[in-house]
Amino acid sequence: MNEKKKVNFLTLGLVRGIIFQVVGALLGMGFTMLIRILIGLPAWNAEPVWVSGMFVGVIAFLIGVGAFSDWFKWAKGEETSDHHSADPSLPGWAKYYSISFDHKVIGIQYGITSILVLGLAGTFALIFRTELAAAKMQFLDLGTFNSLIGLHGIVMIAAILLGIGAMSNYLVPLMIGASDMAFPRLNAFAFWINVPGALLVVSSLFFGGFDTGWTAYPPLSARAPLGMQMFFLGVYVIGLSSILGSLNIIVTTIRMRAPGMNYFRMPIFVWASVATSIIGLTATQFIALSFQMVMFQRLLGMGFFDPGNGGNVILFQHLFWFYSHPAVYVFILPGLGMISEILPVFSRKPLFGYKWIALSSMAIALVGFFVWAHHMFTSGMAEYLRVPFMYSTMLVAVPTGVKFFSWTGTLWRGKISFPTPMLFTLGAISVFLLGGLTGPPNATVATDLHLHDTYWIVGHFHATMFGGFMFPFFAAIYYWFPKITGKMYNEAAGKWHFWLMFPAFYVQSLGQMRIGLLGMRRRIADYDPALNFDFSHLIITIAGFVIFTSVVIFVVNIWRSVKRGEVAASNPWNSRSPEWLLPTPIPEHNYADHPFEVVGEPYDYGLEDAPYIKMPSASATD
Amino acid sequence: MKHFVRVAILVVVLTVLLGFGLDNMGYMPELASVQGAAIDDLFRKHVWVISFLFSLIMGFMLYSFVAFRKKPGDDGSGDHFEGNTSLEIVWTIVPLFIVLYFAYLGAEALAETRRADPNAYNITVVGSQWSWRFDYEDFGFSSTELRLPVDRQALLLLTSTDVIHSFWVPEFRLKQDALPGEGMERELRVTPTIVGDYKLRCAELCGLEHAYMLSDVIVMEVSDFEAWVAEQTEGPAGDGAERGEAWAQQFGCQACHSLDGSDRIGPTWLGLYESIETLVDGSTVVVDDAYLIESILDPQATIVEGYENVVMPPTGASMTEEQIQDIVEFIESLSE
Repeated sequence: MNEKKKVNFLTLGLVRGIIFQVVGALLGMGFTMLIRILIGLPAWNAEPVWVSGMFVGVIAFLIGVGAFSDWFKWAKGEETSDHHSADPSLPGWAKYYSISFDHKVIGIQYGITSILVLGLAGTFALIFRTELAAAKMQFLDLGTFNSLIGLHGIVMIAAILLGIGAMSNYLVPLMIGASDMAFPRLNAFAFWINVPGALLVVSSLFFGGFDTGWTAYPPLSARAPLGMQMFFLGVYVIGLSSILGSLNIIVTTIRMRAPGMNYFRMPIFVWASVATSIIGLTATQFIALSFQMVMFQRLLGMGFFDPGNGGNVILFQHLFWFYSHPAVYVFILPGLGMISEILPVFSRKPLFGYKWIALSSMAIALVGFFVWAHHMFTSGMAEYLRVPFMYSTMLVAVPTGVKFFSWTGTLWRGKISFPTPMLFTLGAISVFLLGGLTGPPNATVATDLHLHDTYWIVGHFHATMFGGFMFPFFAAIYYWFPKITGKMYNEAAGKWHFWLMFPAFYVQSLGQMRIGLLGMRRRIADYDPALNFDFSHLIITIAGFVIFTSVVIFVVNIWRSVKRGEVAASNPWNSRSPEWLLPTPIPEHNYADHPFEVVGEPYDYGLEDAPYIKMPSASATD
Repeated sequence: MKHFVRVAILVVVLTVLLGFGLDNMGYMPELASVQGAAIDDLFRKHVWVISFLFSLIMGFMLYSFVAFRKKPGDDGSGDHFEGNTSLEIVWTIVPLFIVLYFAYLGAEALAETRRADPNAYNITVVGSQWSWRFDYEDFGFSSTELRLPVDRQALLLLTSTDVIHSFWVPEFRLKQDALPGEGMERELRVTPTIVGDYKLRCAELCGLEHAYMLSDVIVMEVSDFEAWVAEQTEGPAGDGAERGEAWAQQFGCQACHSLDGSDRIGPTWLGLYESIETLVDGSTVVVDDAYLIESILDPQATIVEGYENVVMPPTGASMTEEQIQDIVEFIESLSE
């Protein structure tokens, strides 16, 4: 430590990136104005000047942070050293603020960013939930309220995608026995592009916001304030991260497995991660396309969705949902994989029906591509589409059911213990069950005519997101915390986190569903006092605050445990997965000095003499 | 085996408690349409299946937590079994048939809501930011409240002048988006069954005042409805300004234009006539008959400063020349 130099802020990639972004945006704006003058237009027109300036700003950020450096050198024919980590002279914490090609560092970067963004999105929710605690407008104006609900949605989506990036980047190479991802530089690029993207999305608040919700349906989005364009641009950029990250996971899984690790011997989370990545790689383009078309309609007058210009407003919804429905499977599949991963460890039993669970993830991913129009049953799309999309949507319930039954089978006759990661895993199953079972009424067209665009839907999808992402994400953080940091989290604080969040979530979600059935619409800033929803809304708001408090407890727990938690054993959960056999902290090149061979099944808990892997040096460590 | 018997009992008890509990809770608002009955029936079936499946999984889980929890000091493992192919096949095939059956029920219920009565009468429902207008085309008048005779099917033709709106009366259960654009009119059939007052609520986020985009829906006895229609078709009596006031009422002008000088979405009509307004291009204009008529017929022709982001729906296209003249006289009377 004594040889490390003092940190100069400018050596941090993040700081350089942001400075570059600001300067780049200004240059881009100037350049656009110059072109406008040259072709005889007035120099200033807020929309095109800001949009192209911000776009240049994103590229400038990536140059500033150093995401292009090695590629530029390659283009010039220069060799680059196979340097892996950030500038080695930086102290430990600083490497997380600069570019690094180590998948573990990138995983942590994704994770921290995810929690920060999660907190931001949660704060947006608390603000408008407080407004909703009573009828009439209290302290927000209508425009701010409408912008906040849209921001809550899209910023949460960003947080979830980042959280998935965290889990799959950190875990997939470790689980399959690889020493890094297939494309480390692309991996770093895919992470860092999220930062300017997230800044852009949030900046929309300062450009008049956008009053469309995160779905941004035209023609409303075509006439929304300038904030809409910042939202489009930000999502566009974050989407690129998703595509590149997915590509990396797929290639890594196909090409870099350890000897003997055939597909049906991989830890089950890898299956979920690949299924998610297939969707991310092939569907994200559609949300980008749909948003780009509205951007161009606004900037260049291309009337794709402008009914006055022969455009069709329904077309947007098809393009948008072609990604945005599969996207919800992107959000939940890694979480469901996490449940399958953690359940056997704390049941001390094999995962029930490994192959069925693995293939059910693929089935959900596949069927997920054919169900998008169930978001449009009341939209006025062609009448004959409604019934076939109802059948295809109902089919998703089948592979999802297989997972639930198999989890039940995994618990059956086990020796179950309940530390915090297991509590969150079981909570995830219960909450996802609620979310899953409230799905079919929305899928059968007739009932959806009543349910669509109500708080019932809000309750339903929050249950799927909490069960499919939030609870498993927290389970994963608690579970791998000892391996990542070498310290143990505080168990009592972990249990407080769970026992606050779990019941509060049920109250919130069931409360939302109840008033939704009774006539509460989605996305309204104010509700008719005659409906008598005040009390229910107050309860939902209080539950929201309890959830937020529990997350604060989580953050404090993590923070304190990193600094002065007890030193953790190398494999405290007695897991069979290869990453637990590595020393803590995990060496920079993972298995480079700890090669192993897969000789058995991953989840043969309780079977004598049936090791999963043979790692010659494993016994020497710990 | 004893484990399975106990779980089975637990699951049955939970299902019955949940199912009957929900059934008696009154989770839906009052049902007031023929079409809604099919929807409620299907939803009730869903609720029972949800109750059963929730109890099934939770029953097994809760039982496992108690019966199979690790005893202190026991570091052993659970029973070793890796799966059961016949079970997996059963719990793939059985749910498959259940969901297909429910999709079939869903299609049937949908057909029920679409059943057409050849004697249905037409109403065009026009959504604009942020108000509704109802054109009773069979009778030749418009209204800002939706009045329907009980037990007769209305064929609603939904359209929008600006962005997407959505027609929803919770007591009728039905929902349908209203789309802008030619040829984008969409149908919805409603047969109200109970006389009373309801609210139409826009269900698709449509901008700033979406929360307040409501209209009164009044279901009346057929005789009352006919009397109301007769009153409306006769048209308002009185001089031009009085008739203009009635037309403005019918076409919903006051959703955006106040009569008392207060700020709404558009300019107030109080003192508007003969006032001098500055346009966005900097020029000024005197508000006279010709200017008002142009503004009603082609709202985007000239825009007054401060209203750049407001788009007035082309309501004038649905008015007769006489009606427009009456409205202008009414506006004029507000400056006297």
